[in-house]
Amino acid sequence: MATEAEIAPSHHHDEPDPNANYLIASKGVWSWLTTLDHKRIGVMYLISVTLAFFMGGMFALLIRLELLTPGRTIMGAATYNRVFTLHGAIMVFLFIIPSIPAAMGNFILPIMLGAKDVAFPRLNLMSFYIYVIGAIFCLFSIVSGAVDTGWTFYTPYSTTSSSSVVSMTLGVFILGFSSILTGLNFIVTIHKLRAPGMHWRRLPLFVWGMYATSVIQVLATPVLAITLALLAMEKVLGLGIFDASLGGDPVLFQHFFWFYSHPAVYIMIVPGMAIVSELFATFSRRAVFGYFAIAMSSLGLALLGFLVWGHHMFTSGQSEFSTMVFSGLTMLVAIPSGVKVFNWTATLYKGSIWLTTPMLYALSFLVLFTIGGLTGLFLGTLSVDIHLHDTYFVVAHFHYVMMGGTVMGFLGGLLYWWPKITGKLYNEPAAKVSWGFIFVGFNAVFIAQFIMGSRGMPRRYYDYVPEFRPYHAFSTYGSWVLAVGFFILAGVLIQSLLKGAKSPPNPWGSAGFEWNTSSPPIYSNFAETPVITRGPYDYHEATEEELFDGFPEDFKKTES
Amino acid sequence: MNSTDLMKQLPAQWSTFGPGYDWLFYFIYWMSVALFVGIIGTAIFFVVKYRRRPGVKAEPTGHNLVMELAWTVAPVILLVLLFHWGFAGYVSLTSPPPDAMDIRVRARKWSWDFEYPNGGHTANSVTIPINRPVRFVISSEDVLHAMFIPAFRVKRDAVPGMYSTLWFQATHTGDTRFYCAEYCGAADAPVIGADGVARETGHFSMGGPVHIIPQSQWQEFLVGILRAPTHANGTEFTPAEWGEQLYTAQNCNTCHSVNGSAMTGPTWQHIFGHDVALADGSHVPVDENYVRRSILEPNAQVVQGFNPVMPSYQGSLTDRQLDALIAYIRSLR
Ligand code: HEC
Ligand SMILES: [Cu+2]
Ligand SMILES: [Cu+2]
Repeated sequence: MATEAEIAPSHHHDEPDPNANYLIASKGVWSWLTTLDHKRIGVMYLISVTLAFFMGGMFALLIRLELLTPGRTIMGAATYNRVFTLHGAIMVFLFIIPSIPAAMGNFILPIMLGAKDVAFPRLNLMSFYIYVIGAIFCLFSIVSGAVDTGWTFYTPYSTTSSSSVVSMTLGVFILGFSSILTGLNFIVTIHKLRAPGMHWRRLPLFVWGMYATSVIQVLATPVLAITLALLAMEKVLGLGIFDASLGGDPVLFQHFFWFYSHPAVYIMIVPGMAIVSELFATFSRRAVFGYFAIAMSSLGLALLGFLVWGHHMFTSGQSEFSTMVFSGLTMLVAIPSGVKVFNWTATLYKGSIWLTTPMLYALSFLVLFTIGGLTGLFLGTLSVDIHLHDTYFVVAHFHYVMMGGTVMGFLGGLLYWWPKITGKLYNEPAAKVSWGFIFVGFNAVFIAQFIMGSRGMPRRYYDYVPEFRPYHAFSTYGSWVLAVGFFILAGVLIQSLLKGAKSPPNPWGSAGFEWNTSSPPIYSNFAETPVITRGPYDYHEATEEELFDGFPEDFKKTES
Repeated sequence: MNSTDLMKQLPAQWSTFGPGYDWLFYFIYWMSVALFVGIIGTAIFFVVKYRRRPGVKAEPTGHNLVMELAWTVAPVILLVLLFHWGFAGYVSLTSPPPDAMDIRVRARKWSWDFEYPNGGHTANSVTIPINRPVRFVISSEDVLHAMFIPAFRVKRDAVPGMYSTLWFQATHTGDTRFYCAEYCGAADAPVIGADGVARETGHFSMGGPVHIIPQSQWQEFLVGILRAPTHANGTEFTPAEWGEQLYTAQNCNTCHSVNGSAMTGPTWQHIFGHDVALADGSHVPVDENYVRRSILEPNAQVVQGFNPVMPSYQGSLTDRQLDALIAYIRSLR
């Protein structure tokens, strides 16, 4: 198994030391920017998506602030439309889609497999730069007048809008390739680079989740690319594809768009589920209940995800027959989702549950995703959806899934692997406080939106009738609590980077394979290729002492 | 509004769909509450009961095929039920009775026009009789919009190049609201209304009242929309007064000012009786025929310096309304 690092033409003097901590194996900004190390690429992604999250979050706060009072609060309607579009587009394309796979997947997946790197390290670096170029186009669009179409770019509004739609769609088009290449890389890595003894039945659930995600990325993203290319052609060349006045069909765009964007929902949520499965096992000290069912339900979601796009169009004028089929198929999504929720809950049974901050995030995921899933039943039920479609109920529903699910998984994974990535411990009590603010704030923001939505408040409204004022105000106050939570969390992480205590190799005492190497890992991940002899959750094979004190002896001293 | 009212999930229901809809909604609601409490309650119970304690080890995870099959299969029953009820409700939502009365609904950025069976129109407000099936035949002149009447539990997109339909039968008299539910943008800057106040206009302002009246008043209403509106004291509006009212009611004010400032379209101040320069370089006098044509075929004679973005009002204004608008523009000279 020759790795890229061995065959890469390297400049002799700055060849990284394979046995040194990856953070200092080679020095200088240039060594980072040209690195082929999956860990460094993962870290660069992590920084990028964090910046994107910050930006998207700021736009979210502006939206909420504007909606604090009816009429104008801080901005005009045209600006407001741009702000909510940018919030959505940045969060979806620059944050959520790359967040877990490209940042954490890149870092953790090869280590979990016992590999030295991903299958194609150069492609990996290239996909990062493609992401950066795509992001630059999106930023360019923001400074050159921004986009006011909503992140869904519905035609014919998007083809007639005078805002800078073309550069934004071009940015998203480019970002798609980054996503495809990462997916491809992971699929090959999982098939080809598993360490000896790592059978499919021993694959950590995180890897199963990444596998399912990668398959969707590779199969669905090209459709987005085609859609956006057609959109740009119509806008620039005046071809009549979607615009009825040119002989096109506006509903066709929605079919195309959701054919990608519904599977994309699973690109976003399956990785969150994947992280949470790891967290439940580690902090219950127990193998995940129904390992096989959870692994297969990820694949099931990936498959079903391709068959339900029409549920976004129940009021759009597709035929009654397709509406019926899509409603039926959408209902099926509840089954693999339910399987996961039930299995996670069963994992807690007779465990030894350690309520660390990552575990609190895993439990938050369970609570919020359950709400997100159950409210999905309202939307999948045809007649009920008609009233709820395009109201704040939908906004709240998908935020419970995307933010209550994926972002909670992301934060849980970030804190869980923080010592692995940085080699530093963080302040647990402070992190718990930030979790409290985030959990309470999040629910305050979106519970209010559920109620106003089912009471008839349409989404994407700059202004509203006085009846909805209490809900909007409450939601805005919630957004401030949420923001405080994130700022405390940022403080905790910065403090850890600057002053955090050195982490032992396995601070959580996890049986996961990624903890079988130093934290932070050495450049080549393992001093020698590991041989896997047990499953990733075989806590019963660990001694009493290891379970309660963590594998390394010095851990007891570092935990408060 | 008191606090129990604030927590209600659904607004008052005023159509024949209402009771069935609310029943199904609350069925899913309480089912979800029960499932949520069951699942999360169990999880919290486990987290407390099996919290980490020195000397107590986690038990190795076993298998329980029966349980796994049970929670995979049991939801299917529920899902089939929901699907069935949802579909049945949808079928009635999409099957108007043959005797339904048609109202033609035209959406455009950012106003709605309603055309009644007798050819009369109302803009941004709709009046319907109680206890009578009404079918909206909806179209859009520009981008996507959607007709949404929360109290009736109905919604339907307005798609350019296509007719879509929606029907309902109101069960209460009184006033409720309709909204545009599909995002359709906003004007770049606030628009000055006839009252001189600048207002933001866009997707969010594209709504209005739904007046539900007793059947006994319906004929009277239909006749009334063909006539000029009346003052509080019962005297009819003069044509110019009516035109002034239409200027805002028909949303001409989103593009035209009456104070001399150019917006998306030219101002109406001091145009009547003067010559206007057209995009093709010619000059034409602004008279009754020119104004009429500008409203019905706006792209036939485009004013110099402006884009041909004005929608045609062919079919959405009656002759008398056109006369009223002309009289108003004339009065501004
Ligand atoms: C979407 C914006 C828009 C709306 C709404 C609109 N117009 Fe116009 N209108 C224009 C524009 C732009 C022009 C100039 C270009 C042209 O002649 O088509 C114009 C031109 C005109 C003219 C010719 C003016 C001149 O100076 O020669 C008249 C008369 C007119 N509109 C009447 C109306 C009436 C009456 C309404 C409402 C029932 C209305 N418009 C609604 C945009 C609009
Ligand atoms: Cu979907
Ligand atoms: Cu609209």
